Amino acid sequence: MLKSQLLAQLLKLLASGLLLISFAMLSRRRTQRLITLFAWQGAILFLSTSLVAWDAGLTELWYSAALTLLLKVMALPWILHRLIQKLGAQWDSEPLVNIPVTMLVGLVLVIFAFGLAQPISMMATTITRHTIGIALAVILLAFLMMITRRKAITQVIGFLAMENGLFFAATSATYGMPMVIELGIALDLLVAVFILGIFFFQIREQFDSLDLHHLESLREE
Amino acid sequence: MELLLVLGLPLAGTLLLALLGARRFAAELNVAVSLATLVAAAFLVLRVIRHGSLLVGHDQFFVDPFNVFLVALTAFVGLTTAIFSRPYMRIEQHHGRLNPLRLRLYHSMFQLFMGAMLLALLTNNMGLLWVAMEAATLSTVLLVSLYRTRASLEAAWKYFILCGVGIAQALFGTILLYFAAEQRLGREGMTALLWTHLNAVKAHLEPRVLGLAFVFLLIGYGTKVGLAPLHNWLPDAHAEGPTPVSAVLSGLLLNVALYAVIRCKVLVEGSIGPALPGRMLMTFGLLSAVVAAFFLWRQRDIKRLFGYSSIEHMGIMTFAFGLGGPVANFAGLLHMTVHSLTKSSIFFTAGHASQTAGTQRMDDISGLLGVSPTIGWGLMLGSIAILGMPPFGVFASEFLILTTAMREHPWTTPFLLVAFGVAFAAIFSKVQPMVFGHTEARRLPQSPALVPVFIHLAMVLALGLYIPPVLAEWYRAAARLIG
Repeated sequence: MLKSQLLAQLLKLLASGLLLISFAMLSRRRTQRLITLFAWQGAILFLSTSLVAWDAGLTELWYSAALTLLLKVMALPWILHRLIQKLGAQWDSEPLVNIPVTMLVGLVLVIFAFGLAQPISMMATTITRHTIGIALAVILLAFLMMITRRKAITQVIGFLAMENGLFFAATSATYGMPMVIELGIALDLLVAVFILGIFFFQIREQFDSLDLHHLESLREE
Repeated sequence: MELLLVLGLPLAGTLLLALLGARRFAAELNVAVSLATLVAAAFLVLRVIRHGSLLVGHDQFFVDPFNVFLVALTAFVGLTTAIFSRPYMRIEQHHGRLNPLRLRLYHSMFQLFMGAMLLALLTNNMGLLWVAMEAATLSTVLLVSLYRTRASLEAAWKYFILCGVGIAQALFGTILLYFAAEQRLGREGMTALLWTHLNAVKAHLEPRVLGLAFVFLLIGYGTKVGLAPLHNWLPDAHAEGPTPVSAVLSGLLLNVALYAVIRCKVLVEGSIGPALPGRMLMTFGLLSAVVAAFFLWRQRDIKRLFGYSSIEHMGIMTFAFGLGGPVANFAGLLHMTVHSLTKSSIFFTAGHASQTAGTQRMDDISGLLGVSPTIGWGLMLGSIAILGMPPFGVFASEFLILTTAMREHPWTTPFLLVAFGVAFAAIFSKVQPMVFGHTEARRLPQSPALVPVFIHLAMVLALGLYIPPVLAEWYRAAARLIG
């Protein structure tokens, strides 16, 4: 009893860490910092998934925790670091307008997410059910980041952070999706990052910059 | 066995074409693989007609009249597109817009795209459906930016980000679906995401969760269908990508995405009743049809024009499935078939038309009939067909949809009529000067393969005049499944 209570507390702590990182991502300017934050998000996901796996005694979840560690803590941040090094963009920073307003919008999104997740949390039986709201909030905050940012790499990090939120939602509501699906999703994600890597070079070649301001010519006349 | 071939052949083709590279016969190989896939699909169809629905591979794959007809359509249009693209891509190479390396990428990714779509259609697993849809998106992103121009890069980026975000919503919906199902079906044996199993217990699934799941699934897959207001990626991707890609995006991918929406709708209806999902589909469908019809007026680019026309038609189909009932569903399925045949043939001719004129701007294209009667007549007939003129098949399906809407939801009639009317005036007034008139443009360096265009149009015409009983029975069975 005490063990599971402690565990539940620990999981909530990790979940709030995840939310905190999402807010931090909203306010960071430097691309390199963002990648580090993304890796931290992956690490928290790995920890919480392992804890749940240990508590529920599910082998499948151990696999998906290992997958998270490999993909989200090691592979993806490494690929992204290599990418920005090759592009010479590691010290790039972008001007952010109105961090306070973005933060306020973020807060509203979190409240909205909690409200939306309330009925689902009531029905769930998992130890992590109280964190479904946080998972949804992480998804929405990543979405907000994609909207407010103008750089290609930052948008991609937002996209990946959104996937982190989805993964967290899956583990907290249902102890994770079946293994085949998780593998498929991981594969899609990896391919997506590779394609985007190719893409960055193409965009740079054409526009001499990764700023998406240039990508605004296709509009309705 | 047939099923394995249908899925395996495109994947084998992907690897083979990637390894062999840009040999002279790569385009012919592409056609051969597509032909083999079509033959396998035909055998699969025969088997389903003879023995009814089948479940194979530990229930992971599922074939019923609804998806097998889309499999046949996908394999068929895949073949005709491969035939069309052989001379088309050679001319593009001749014009210096492509090099052998990119041609290799094109052939390989084309097969991967076909494989992913067929997997999405045949899988029984809602999670795998999502994975396959995402794979279909990813395989086309690099195809949209094949020309590496600024505009095509922008279009591909938009396509990737919008569809990526959209499809992430669908994943959340799938998670919710799994969450609801897991409580009924348990985690063991991975049955909780199998559509057939879900369909069996759909009445007992938690309605609140399923309602929420449907909202996310509709937004997610709806982005890929190109429903307004989530349609922004569609005209850009269609206009800037190479023409064969526009043809398969419009003719096939949108259908597959709509297929995903309908599969979800069937499940959700069982739980929360038909009212809410139906109304949501109808609203999104009408909105897309009307918005797209008005945007048609403002287009200057020929492929953009027909991209918007695809949004309009997807809206009409979504509306038909939202109406529900045997007649509307029948009409929706018929419309899916005729739209994908007609629209792909239009893109074929539009592609050659812009090659002839050297531009996609409609103001600069004229006198197609003078340069090449086949291209000119192909475009004219295709446009007449897509505008729903009798005796083409589009007229039959649109007529059925309109009369059903009049009877069951009279308030929707004016919106539909406005969409039809505005689209007619816009497209006809733009196509007419392109086909007729005077021009100095010269003939293409290689004769285009326009046989597919006329085969497609003949089929659409035939469907408008007479639907064979076998096909009608097939549509009816599928319409019953959708409910």
